[in-house]
Amino acid sequence: MRAPVIEVENLTYIYRPYGIVALEDVSLEIKEGEFVAIIGRNGSGKTTLLKNIVGLLKPTQGRVLVEGVDISRSTVAELATRVGLVLQNPDQQLFSQTVEEEIAFGPRNLGLPESEVESRVEEAIALLGLERFRHEFPLALSIGDRARVVIASVLAMRPHIILLDEPTMGQDYRGHREIMSIAERLHRDGYTVVIATHHVDLVAEYAQRVIVLCEGRVLLDDTPAAVFSQPEVLRRTHMAPPQITRLAQALPPSLELPRDVLTVEELGEAVLELLHN
Amino acid sequence: MVAKEFQETPQIVIRDVSYRYPDAEDYALEGLNLTIHKGEFVAILGEHLAGKSTFCQLLNGIIPNFKGGELEGSVLVCGLDTQDVSVAELARKVGIVLQDPEAQLFTTKVINEVAFGPENLGLEREEILRRVRWALKVVGLEGMEDRPPPSLSGGQKQRLAIAAALAMRPEVLVLDEATSQLDPVGTEEVFSVVRRLNREYEVTIIMSTHKSEEVARFADRILVIHQGRLIAQGTPQEIFRDTELLRRAAIRPPQVSELANYLEAHSLRMLEFPITIEQAKRGIEQLFAGV
Repeated sequence: MRAPVIEVENLTYIYRPYGIVALEDVSLEIKEGEFVAIIGRNGSGKTTLLKNIVGLLKPTQGRVLVEGVDISRSTVAELATRVGLVLQNPDQQLFSQTVEEEIAFGPRNLGLPESEVESRVEEAIALLGLERFRHEFPLALSIGDRARVVIASVLAMRPHIILLDEPTMGQDYRGHREIMSIAERLHRDGYTVVIATHHVDLVAEYAQRVIVLCEGRVLLDDTPAAVFSQPEVLRRTHMAPPQITRLAQALPPSLELPRDVLTVEELGEAVLELLHN
Repeated sequence: MVAKEFQETPQIVIRDVSYRYPDAEDYALEGLNLTIHKGEFVAILGEHLAGKSTFCQLLNGIIPNFKGGELEGSVLVCGLDTQDVSVAELARKVGIVLQDPEAQLFTTKVINEVAFGPENLGLEREEILRRVRWALKVVGLEGMEDRPPPSLSGGQKQRLAIAAALAMRPEVLVLDEATSQLDPVGTEEVFSVVRRLNREYEVTIIMSTHKSEEVARFADRILVIHQGRLIAQGTPQEIFRDTELLRRAAIRPPQVSELANYLEAHSLRMLEFPITIEQAKRGIEQLFAGV
């Protein structure tokens, strides 16, 4: 049994001064090495949950443990070496003159020797394919590249857990797929990855587990196949299964095609197999 | 789907248009020739930075009147040459809704937001109120007149931005990635309102988006912009089955169309190329029935 690396216990978060209850008594555990997607309508609490896990927001009630430590007892620097967050708008996270400086900022503030800072910067640049931008002004890059600079800066802190609040501004489908495939690569490399997104087709393709939030509570928490087999529950938080799953669910059972497909290829292969036999 | 009958009234006529932003070396748009008729619902697809937003801003005169740069050729909207008339005058003809509603909303109450445009036209108070009531009704925000815009949901904010544009009684409504920050229900809300405007009030719709499922359901015609050029146009069926084009312009078709393309690559062709779940369901049933 893998160890839980994120434990959220009875977390309630209320935004002052308006008194908006963004999260209400949320409890969940995320284990080491999991690849988790969080979905739910705008305002369902996805971003608030991620911000509470990195300590950007402090729980109104309840607590959050990261790698067994109550984060209200860790320093910001300590926590940043355990868990990193990529915000929805990468521009809120960029402030340096060059990509290199941006990535070096975190490790340098940990007081690491310069040689170690450099090697971390090099590693992060290579991992995100940012070589040709290293001397560029981060805010002058395309939105997709800006997001990758933020991910590189987060990785340079060598956290074990990466939280991604998926950028929506100015991203095309290729951009979304690229973020998702970076997330998958990090997952393969052993990171625990949590991504908040609206792209259910990519969730179906990549994630191992889906947490569905609705009005600040956990509505569903299961495998993509199990979650997307409940369209009527998903509708309560303005979500729907991927179109290909909805098609499979709409087909007459007499065709004997699988109803829990998650990708186009799955359904395509099943059709071919049945018709060619 | 039955094709809509268009009045043969050209409403937007773009002739030999190329455009460069100030100080830019490359053209943002190049060699554009295009006619859009009154009452059409046109979707613009293409990857990020392909030129979709530039195209949208061409239609309400923001380009070149505000942004400057170099515009060659001519853009006629409702008979007006955008280079000869002011942006304010064009605002009576063309409404625009942007990606981020918060970039567009600036008042403290829903009603003020919608009244702002007509007030600036110097209309009578009664006429302003009539337009505000009408616009809020069309977008389904009646009863929310006193709500502060920040308290609305994402879909409601975009519908408010649409209402503000509608109060100017435009003949053309341009939506530039207006649903990209919205969840599926917010997206559906916006598309439904836009379709209603199109069908009931004959407002011409021009919408840049990445949401191909909705495009398939609502648009009459798709324009594909790639690296500043209009590289293809056609019905959703025509565009979504052109796998070479889709790859080149990095467009993802609806998953049901992807399925048909996948099966076709394996020599299995559906009777009718599907772009909606209903069509795909029928197509698969026909395949299994040996039709």
